Amino acid sequence: MLLIYCPYCQVERAETEFACRGEAHIARPADPSQTTDEEWVEFLYMRDNTKGIAAERWRHIHGCGRFFNAVRDTVSDNFLKFYKAGEPKPDLEALAKEAGK
Amino acid sequence: MSELLASDLITPDAGETPLLSLPSISILKAAPLTRLSLRCREAAQKDAGAAFGAELPLSPLSNSTAAKRAALWMGPDEWTLLAPEDDLRTVFDGIEEKLSAQPHALVDISDRSEAVIVSGDKAVWLLNTGIFIDFSLELFPVGTVTRTLFHKAPVMIWRTGPDTFVVEAWVSFMEYVAGLLVQSAGELEAA
Ligand SMILES: [Zn+2]
Repeated sequence: MLLIYCPYCQVERAETEFACRGEAHIARPADPSQTTDEEWVEFLYMRDNTKGIAAERWRHIHGCGRFFNAVRDTVSDNFLKFYKAGEPKPDLEALAKEAGK
Repeated sequence: MSELLASDLITPDAGETPLLSLPSISILKAAPLTRLSLRCREAAQKDAGAAFGAELPLSPLSNSTAAKRAALWMGPDEWTLLAPEDDLRTVFDGIEEKLSAQPHALVDISDRSEAVIVSGDKAVWLLNTGIFIDFSLELFPVGTVTRTLFHKAPVMIWRTGPDTFVVEAWVSFMEYVAGLLVQSAGELEAA
């Protein structure tokens, strides 16, 4: 079982308290009425599906209920960073280097 | 139980027989309570606490209590407020009045959940039959409150004493939660 750190509760909890909500930092088009179908498809469905270091949204659904972001190595399941929603996307390359990848 | 946190608030329901009563552990149904869910931003927190009678705790997983009042941290902008059953109207209207000019959500959730009081030497052991949390006093001191899972049911755990926990579950899950607690405790009887 994975142990996941919630940056709001500031504790590490079992994976069963959390839900993964896919790739992080996908901005909703600011003006949907001016968006083409292709752009909308891109926003709704197209994801990088990274093999390696990726930033994801997680939700502490059976805890504080808040969404936050985490950087995870999708190959090893090793978490490299947890941070609150709204904080900028970390430098994934630097994190990977730090982790010796 | 008088040394316990909130012992004027969380009391065994006198009309109910104990769910379990062993030398090392007891499980008692708690008497009905007023439960309010409050969500608001930082600007409203002081006023809300003043109107309620106990300030809103700001550090994660913590609680603050006053006479017949307890405010429990549920999230960075969410609290559960506890008061005696008969104080519902007073507390609810008092907070609404004080926060009338500030964005907030105050909801009466008194009947959404039920509570049992789990206490005794084996309380931590028993909770750990269904919860993946380290309940040592260093990591989970008296006063700590959290939502988590008990087996497959969402519960709220509030440590009101070194060996005493309030376990809340939604009404329709309580039979499952209390049932599994009693069943797991059966192991102690056998030993
Ligand atoms: Zn949390």
